Amino acid sequence: MNAVEPKSADLRQFISGNEAVALAARDAGVKVAAAYPGTPSTEILEYVSKYPDMYSEWSINEKVSLEVAIGASLAGSRALCAMKHVGMNVASDAFMTQTLIGAVGGLVIVVADDVGLSSSQNEQDSRYWGRFAHLPVLEPSDAQEAYEMTRAAYGISEQFEVPVIVRLTTRICHVKSVVVTGEPETHASTGFKKDPSRYVMVPGNAKGRIPMMMKRDEALQAYALNTSLNRVEPGSDNRVGFVTSGAAYYHVKESFPDAPVFKLGFSHPAPIDAIRDFATTVDNTVVIEEVEPLLETELRAAGVEVHGKDLVPKIGEMSPAVITPPVSKLIGEAITEGTLIPTSEVFPRPPTMCVACPHLGIYYCLSHIKNTIISGDIGCYTLGAGHPWNALDTTISMGASLSVAQGLDKGRAESDANKNVLAVIGDSTFLHMGMQGLLDITYNKGNVTILLLDNRAVGMTGGQDAPSSGLNLQGEKTTQVDFRKLCEALGVKPERIHEVNPYEMPVLFKALRTEVKIPEPSVIITNQPCVLTERYSKLPPLKVETDKCTGCSNCLDVGCPAILVDRRETVVKPNGKEKELAFVSIDTAACTGCGLCTKPCAPDAIVPAFNVSKIDAVEIK
Amino acid sequence: MNNDVTNILVVGIGGQGVMTAAEILATTALSLGYDVKKTEVAGMAQRGGVVTSHVRFGPKVYSPAIKPGTADLMLAFEPAEALRWAPHLKQDGLLMVNTYAQEPPVVSIGLFDYPDSPLDTVRAMGIETHDYNAGQSAIELGDRRLINSIMLGAISDHLPFPAETLEESLLDRFRHKGEKLVALNQQAFELGRKVFA
Repeated sequence: MNAVEPKSADLRQFISGNEAVALAARDAGVKVAAAYPGTPSTEILEYVSKYPDMYSEWSINEKVSLEVAIGASLAGSRALCAMKHVGMNVASDAFMTQTLIGAVGGLVIVVADDVGLSSSQNEQDSRYWGRFAHLPVLEPSDAQEAYEMTRAAYGISEQFEVPVIVRLTTRICHVKSVVVTGEPETHASTGFKKDPSRYVMVPGNAKGRIPMMMKRDEALQAYALNTSLNRVEPGSDNRVGFVTSGAAYYHVKESFPDAPVFKLGFSHPAPIDAIRDFATTVDNTVVIEEVEPLLETELRAAGVEVHGKDLVPKIGEMSPAVITPPVSKLIGEAITEGTLIPTSEVFPRPPTMCVACPHLGIYYCLSHIKNTIISGDIGCYTLGAGHPWNALDTTISMGASLSVAQGLDKGRAESDANKNVLAVIGDSTFLHMGMQGLLDITYNKGNVTILLLDNRAVGMTGGQDAPSSGLNLQGEKTTQVDFRKLCEALGVKPERIHEVNPYEMPVLFKALRTEVKIPEPSVIITNQPCVLTERYSKLPPLKVETDKCTGCSNCLDVGCPAILVDRRETVVKPNGKEKELAFVSIDTAACTGCGLCTKPCAPDAIVPAFNVSKIDAVEIK
Repeated sequence: MNNDVTNILVVGIGGQGVMTAAEILATTALSLGYDVKKTEVAGMAQRGGVVTSHVRFGPKVYSPAIKPGTADLMLAFEPAEALRWAPHLKQDGLLMVNTYAQEPPVVSIGLFDYPDSPLDTVRAMGIETHDYNAGQSAIELGDRRLINSIMLGAISDHLPFPAETLEESLLDRFRHKGEKLVALNQQAFELGRKVFA
């Protein structure tokens, strides 16, 4: 190990790509920042909210956040909008027309792709949006570049009067590395100047803007050839040269440190001619990009001979382990290592609902109701599709639970005549895009029983605030939406709206059983807070009285992670059938006493654990 | 692969303090002037899923991810996770395990089995493995969250920088929370350090 001298007056900060983007927005003089939470981009606005000189908000959805940013740009101020990749699908309506208007104050759209689907319903390559909307795309490779490129994006945005996409991926957003920030600048708002031929996109005006967009493409193309955001890094081994961008760049450097690299920071429009020249200097040109073969296809179309997805996968993240073997093979080099230690099969640890989560009771009930088709949505409650509940039949996109349920109802086959169609949606998702679906159901005389799980937080991303919480991004009190009134206003009859405490399972059961039988829309609103938020108050923990436990395992159907199985037994019942028994205990240190598990416990073996300060730890060697 | 780079893998389950342990290792390396990268794979970590945190430091670090078979040191907060991630270690890598086991619901409801003697399996792979029930000790010290400080103490004499430097950056995190917490974490760190000196 080489000792490294500590740097004097260390200005280096150890921060994530998300924090670097927030710092860059601050230092670029951004006035307005808006976002809807979504992994892996959530923290950008959380950091921004700490800077007192910037206006920042949790918007209702990504389209709204983009439109807020667009408005700020038209007002002559610098604006930032951040979202995860699927957010761009929601925002795309505004996005695809804003490209014709362009930017006034610098307008930067940060899109974070969850490459590898760590917490998403699909994998998308947001670089496509740059092609689709004729907008430039910047791709930082680490937090330092996330800072520098976000700052550069404002300059480009104003120079070319164009919204700029900064494309991040999980490995940029959540990787911490060393960042040194630059001099902050102030940006004075230029003010709103009426210009209807540019800002009012009626056909006549929009048609006139298209040639402008084409000219802008040419100017950006020329810029791509000269910008320092793109560079060639010479290497000593010319058997292979790489064209790469984003997180993949460092994986390439790690794997082939001696190879020449064409490193793209300004990746669209790509500097095709410069890459063509680069390709002539190496034996093989390999494009390494996450995820789709975008550059590769464009280079091939331009007649540049390259390798790419013929060597590496079109899905998931790049890494040295992914890149090294196929490229080594290409240049005829022996594939050396791999891991020497054998892998072993270990059980999976899928994400579970939290201890005492109010959703546990809901899914317990749903899993015990027969003849259901349950249309699900995006949030923690998507986990209801897993064990032990298996009580969710579809998940597609934010808000889809309601509208898909409407279609499931209207499109049902004769054989499904007795099925009850339900929709399950959380508070924030309902406000994001679910309200429209409910209005569609009431307007079109649908028959769906809706469970609106109001835990007053955006739970899956860590418990952020939303209009359901009555707090804004800064944690200040603000309007809190009244779901009963909202559902009424959307056309649900008052007598078909029930507010239920999800920890009171008998009440919940009764409401569900009643409402599924009534052939009109009904909404059951649950009203207990997310356990990750400060609103939740813990109760004294519970324990299992071992001598009373009959091993029936009913409590395990609740699905609480604090319930553990101590031993299993197989008994033969009088009818000759075998039955598996599971004798349980409760992890008292984790239990917060919600009492859900006491409800299905026939022998009342689950009791308060008084005077418990520690538990016996299991030791496994 | 750059041989001047130290690769430390921290593995466990959401809520155990894996990311905090990694953060402390990373900031210690940073304070000594190294280039540092830290990455997490924590898909829905708050939901009891697997959490792995890669810490890499040296004169210059490129990729944030530790390639399988190249970790110098692994800190495992749970025995089955030690088994799961063992192939990330290099053959002469070092493994420190908290033996306090945590079964996920899929094991509780009988869909999967918890491996028998996971650490015997790891040792049979030829990995130098040290174990300690940091979970039990943390509970005895009064707070489950002290697992972190015990585990950091346990590896503190096996890092390319002095144990005292690590201890300082650990305790710095608690200074604004009062002397009591500093003292408790120091006690936990020292306890861990004795385990594996």
